[in-house]
Amino acid sequence: MSSPLSTPGGRKRGRTTNPSTREFTCPPSTWPQVGVSRLVPTVPPNEVDMSSPLMYGTPSSRVEGTPRSGVRGTPARQRPDLGSVSKAPQVDLQSEPPSADGAVASEANAGQRHRKIFPLSLFIDPSSSEDENTGLDLNEPLYMQKLEEISVVGDPVLNVNCLHVQSFDAELYRQLICYPQEVIPTFDMAVNELFFERFPDSILEYQIQVRPYNALKTRNMRNLNPEDIDQLITISGMVIRTSQLIPEMQEAFFQCQVCAFSTRVEVDRGRIAEPAVCRHCNTTHSLALVHNRSLFSDKQMIKIQESPDDMPAGQTPHTTVVYAHNDLVDKVQPGDRINITGVYRAVPMRANPRQSNVKSVYKTHIDVIHFRKTDEKRLHGLDDAEQKLFTEERVQTLKELAAKPDVYERLASALAPSIYEHEDIKKGILLQLFGGTRKDFSQTGRGNFRADVNILLCGDPGTSKSQLLQYVFNLVPRGQYTSGKGSSAVGLTAYVMKDPETRQLVLQTGALVLSDNGICCIDEFDKMSDSTRSVLHEVMEQQTLSIAKAGIICQLNARTSVLAAANPIESQWNPKKTTIENIQLPHTLLSRFDLIFLMLDPQDEAYDRRLAHHLVSLYYQSEEQLEEEFLDMAMLRDYIAYARTYINPKLSEEASQALIEAYVDMRKIGSGRGMVSAYPRQLESLIRLAEAHSKVRFSEKVETIDVEEAKRLHREALKQSATDPRTGFVDISILTTGMSATARKRREEVAQALKKVIQAKGKTPAMKYHTLLEDLRRQSETAITKEMFDEALRALSDEDYLTVTGKTVRLLA
Amino acid sequence: MLFCSLKGKVIFCSYFSSVAFFKDRLKEKDAHTWVPSLNDVPLHYLKPNSLVKFRCFIQDMFDPEFYMGTYEAVDPSTKAKVLRCGKYKDVTECGVDFNSRSTMTAERHTFYCVPIPGESPWVKEISSSGSSQARVVPSTSYAPTRQKRSYEEDDDDMDTDTQPQKQREPHTEPHGNGDCKRREKEAPSSQAASASHLDLNFPLPGEKGPSCLLKVYEEWDGFKLNEAVEVFGILSVSPALSALADEDASSSLLDPAGGMETAEEQRVHSPPASLVPRLHMLHAKPLPHNNPLLPAAGLEDNNSAFLSSTLREMAAVRAELLAYFTHVLLGDALAAEYLILHLVSNVYTRRDVLPLGKFTLNLSGCPAVASFTERFYQIIQQLVPSSYYLGMTLQNMNQMRLVPKKDYVANRLLSGALQLATNTSLFLDESQLEQGQLDTTGVRNVTALGNLISWQKVDYDFSYHQMEFPCNINVLIASEGRSLLPSDCQIHLQSQVAPPDLEAYLGGIQVHPQASQLNKFRMYLSVARQLDYSIADEVTKSVEDDFVDMRKDDPQSISAEDLHRMLVVARLLSLSLGQTSLSRDSWLRAKHVEMLRRSRMEQNKCVNGNEP
Repeated sequence: MSSPLSTPGGRKRGRTTNPSTREFTCPPSTWPQVGVSRLVPTVPPNEVDMSSPLMYGTPSSRVEGTPRSGVRGTPARQRPDLGSVSKAPQVDLQSEPPSADGAVASEANAGQRHRKIFPLSLFIDPSSSEDENTGLDLNEPLYMQKLEEISVVGDPVLNVNCLHVQSFDAELYRQLICYPQEVIPTFDMAVNELFFERFPDSILEYQIQVRPYNALKTRNMRNLNPEDIDQLITISGMVIRTSQLIPEMQEAFFQCQVCAFSTRVEVDRGRIAEPAVCRHCNTTHSLALVHNRSLFSDKQMIKIQESPDDMPAGQTPHTTVVYAHNDLVDKVQPGDRINITGVYRAVPMRANPRQSNVKSVYKTHIDVIHFRKTDEKRLHGLDDAEQKLFTEERVQTLKELAAKPDVYERLASALAPSIYEHEDIKKGILLQLFGGTRKDFSQTGRGNFRADVNILLCGDPGTSKSQLLQYVFNLVPRGQYTSGKGSSAVGLTAYVMKDPETRQLVLQTGALVLSDNGICCIDEFDKMSDSTRSVLHEVMEQQTLSIAKAGIICQLNARTSVLAAANPIESQWNPKKTTIENIQLPHTLLSRFDLIFLMLDPQDEAYDRRLAHHLVSLYYQSEEQLEEEFLDMAMLRDYIAYARTYINPKLSEEASQALIEAYVDMRKIGSGRGMVSAYPRQLESLIRLAEAHSKVRFSEKVETIDVEEAKRLHREALKQSATDPRTGFVDISILTTGMSATARKRREEVAQALKKVIQAKGKTPAMKYHTLLEDLRRQSETAITKEMFDEALRALSDEDYLTVTGKTVRLLA
Repeated sequence: MLFCSLKGKVIFCSYFSSVAFFKDRLKEKDAHTWVPSLNDVPLHYLKPNSLVKFRCFIQDMFDPEFYMGTYEAVDPSTKAKVLRCGKYKDVTECGVDFNSRSTMTAERHTFYCVPIPGESPWVKEISSSGSSQARVVPSTSYAPTRQKRSYEEDDDDMDTDTQPQKQREPHTEPHGNGDCKRREKEAPSSQAASASHLDLNFPLPGEKGPSCLLKVYEEWDGFKLNEAVEVFGILSVSPALSALADEDASSSLLDPAGGMETAEEQRVHSPPASLVPRLHMLHAKPLPHNNPLLPAAGLEDNNSAFLSSTLREMAAVRAELLAYFTHVLLGDALAAEYLILHLVSNVYTRRDVLPLGKFTLNLSGCPAVASFTERFYQIIQQLVPSSYYLGMTLQNMNQMRLVPKKDYVANRLLSGALQLATNTSLFLDESQLEQGQLDTTGVRNVTALGNLISWQKVDYDFSYHQMEFPCNINVLIASEGRSLLPSDCQIHLQSQVAPPDLEAYLGGIQVHPQASQLNKFRMYLSVARQLDYSIADEVTKSVEDDFVDMRKDDPQSISAEDLHRMLVVARLLSLSLGQTSLSRDSWLRAKHVEMLRRSRMEQNKCVNGNEP
């Protein structure tokens, strides 16, 4: 790529100045010198240039006798975001021959264009789905409704979507993008005329200002190049710093020290043309600047940084300086992700009078016209601002892929190809990546239903659990990876800290909140402290996070899927124990996982051979094959993003029937042995999984096959994790109550046996713990462990039959 | 007027043709010998606006810069307008006409470059002696005189510099030599004094050397952070740059608006040119290694003669090196074997998140006497081109900045000790660790080290988010017991030396081999790391069979993890013998070595953790 060259000089109108005035640069730091400096004047200044505080500088507003007094009665406010506009076109005519592009700025065309804008007011956008248009009738002219809103609310700002302009008139759009400084004022003009024509009695503080947004010129900070200078651009980024408020001079007030005649001069691109001669008394160099009577506007410097998603790997993010003016000051805070529409500027470094050489570098910044926070809506609803834009072809390829019958298997195998087999686990994670359909029952008082699937992986160390987590974390755009060992409750939720600059208390969000709408991968789940784990209870079912810290009480959304990995407590999975006993996690938490998989080391020759082959090939595969897989990862990411945004499957009639049957079946299995084997939570899991599976197929309807797969996967996971090692049956109560039904039954039996032993002893109010254990052991035909004995004692004391104090057992009553 | 601009164009054209000329010359083989290097020659010996080279490491990337590609200026003598070119320069000439239509804006990028972190002294020594030709070129226009010259003169130099430096230097040499000696003494002290108030942001503490702001005019997308490159470019040390910076900084203090940059940012982005020179890049080549003993071009292209001759010798050199390491490691041949494997390891590819080829070694059982670990590190430093010793003391862990962090005030990336170039050896001395409390920073640092070892990546801290940078660092952990950090392979040192003699023995290991032998070792390690490697199909088959058999015999003791490790060991073993494909013998040997190591682990079973 050769360095792009352009000629901003060609567009920099207003540089060549009217010979009657002398200009000098006036950055804020030097303005106090204005009144002092004395340079030789040449000709008296031009009157039209100097005194037009109320003129908006455009010809039609100067036409005498127009009946639209509304426009004239309302003061126009300076638009520092566009620089001073009033002079630019005039100067242009003098200095440059009107070329094709130059003509755009010429006055004759300005009027023409301004007439062209009128029909835009009739623009209708029935497809509009933006939040800004809520409450507006989509079948009526959009901007007329907005004008009406302005007349009611009195906020003189009209946001105009550039896409609308483009679909309305491509040429106008091009002009808007290329010459924002000239074209936007014409928009202002047209809008004001229109407004006061329709609402002649409205009183506004200022004339309406038009703020275009969504200029599709540049989306990425990295793509900015010299050709964008002075053009309207939209970029996205993250605010990293905001400065204090800076007063910037808009209009300088000069007073003649001889005759006290005063005059006002507008600032043009940071310069003030100091009038050299007093027009009243014709004294030269008699005018001095009076600060108190000059006009200032608010200005703020904001630094934005490229958002991490837009960056090529291995490079550091770029930053750009942005200036916000007037009411846009203090609209954004550090940390906000925003879209900025503005004019890109390059200013040569100030020439220093003491030095003959200057740095040959320009300083660049953006004068912001419109801010749009991209994560604003995350606080109250779904963030569709994140909508990824897919090209037509991409959508086509995705749809082709979706149409393949084996798309589910394909995607599952594309997931973490370096990890061998574990097909069902990969399928489970795949469904987790897609997630269920979000349902909102908040109107009926039930709140949101969890749509995210939670998965727990447990198993032997060294079965690449961590690797799977890492893969998922790298795959999804909003993933977080923490380790249970390293994270505290604070790191997961949110904490309050004092901002070193503003001394304000700021709420800093932790991993769970950050992964809102993403996946939170938690490694070493078992090593997490209890207090930390307790935070997860709320997150994993209600999907919110309540914080009451340092006087800040709030509830944050944490609609995150949790993918956790846990190691067995005894380093090796003990097949003789239940899941709960193996990983020592509270069952209240376990029941919140939709799927719990065991990653065990199957010991079987055929498996070993396949595994060996897989691993060896991992170590010597050629570059091309690697390349292929890499493409797959990008494809997978797009596929998931597309499905998550555009596909919202609903249950079909058959599918609901199938789900009901499945649930009833699950309940039945248990009831045969006198226990409950399924709870409504399991039904909800099934629904989520079925929905996710139909998302995989890009189907808007959940059908029986989806339910079948959900059932299968759910059963597989249960078979692995909820099998009672004593009986070999699947027993959901292991996960819901932490104890299998057989174990409960056994406990009951031992307790009864113990009771008999005690009763056989007759009237002894107190017994030794050890003798009792010995007695029980002698009487029982099965081996009684100390734990079983303890449990039995506890059961009996629960019945208020006895109490245990130290090593003695006392009978009650 | 027309004539002037035409003349300007001519200058412009001749300028670019000279750039092309430079580039052609630089492609020649001996290019590196006649260009003076910023690494070896002190800055004050180098002529401003001359061609220099710099072997460096991209520490930070600043924002792109728009500059005047061409501009019109008024010539002060003739009062005529002249078209000038702004490329490869920092400062424009006087009387720039900002309103000229012929002004063209162009884009360039600025990278902040430092010498390769942790570069061993021997590398510096050899590479500076290698370019001896260019070394003796102290210019007559040494600093004080240079500054007195008018800027005009400097710029004239620039324009006439089309003939290479070499031709001009000889006749400046005779009288230049004398006074440069005298100045050599005074210069460093002044430099050190001025450096004290400016943090040059080296990744490793205690580093010295010049850093520079590299201006890149084309193909900047090809550069990555943490890349080692050799840059050929035009040195710019114009004092006007520093003056501008000073002046701006002071004015921005007065100015409540703060201009666009804070004073802090100003200081970082435009440091005095005498301290941080600007280098306008003409040509750059990425360095696959920084070992000066190897041909610079890399092994692939047209170095087959060199390659085949080294390959033939490799087995012999390996035997010598093994003997040497055995001696160093208290007579433990197995540990020495593993140390060689570790030193030739290299992340050669990544499969999704999994880095392949890394081989982090935990050398446990290091004697706690007589600073064994430090001596051991010194020996390694003698052999590898770049390395860093990190004593894992509590204080270091709690206070050091290991992970680079973005400083938004100064708008730069504050470097950390883990910002290292590819194939740097990181020596973690865990024997320094005592009982005590790790604070938040400490925990974060230990986690960062763990991540580095397991995934070969460092998550840089951008305060609002983290950014992952892959790396390729050989981590060697020396510890007394099993390390608290993860590792790919642990070996317990078995000393063959009786404890009473240990002190004396350790005193003796410091004796270095002959320089020629050292060079052979250095070359050997670098070459082995660069070799390609493949596994033939029939060997694949037998490896698979072996694995299945081993699992059949004892399914508990061998897992997929072990096969991973054995495949890496086999790979490194083959490469260390100079074999570029896995043979049956090497596989068996790898299995044997692994078996020996495991049996030793059994003996020293004092392990209680649950995950290897």
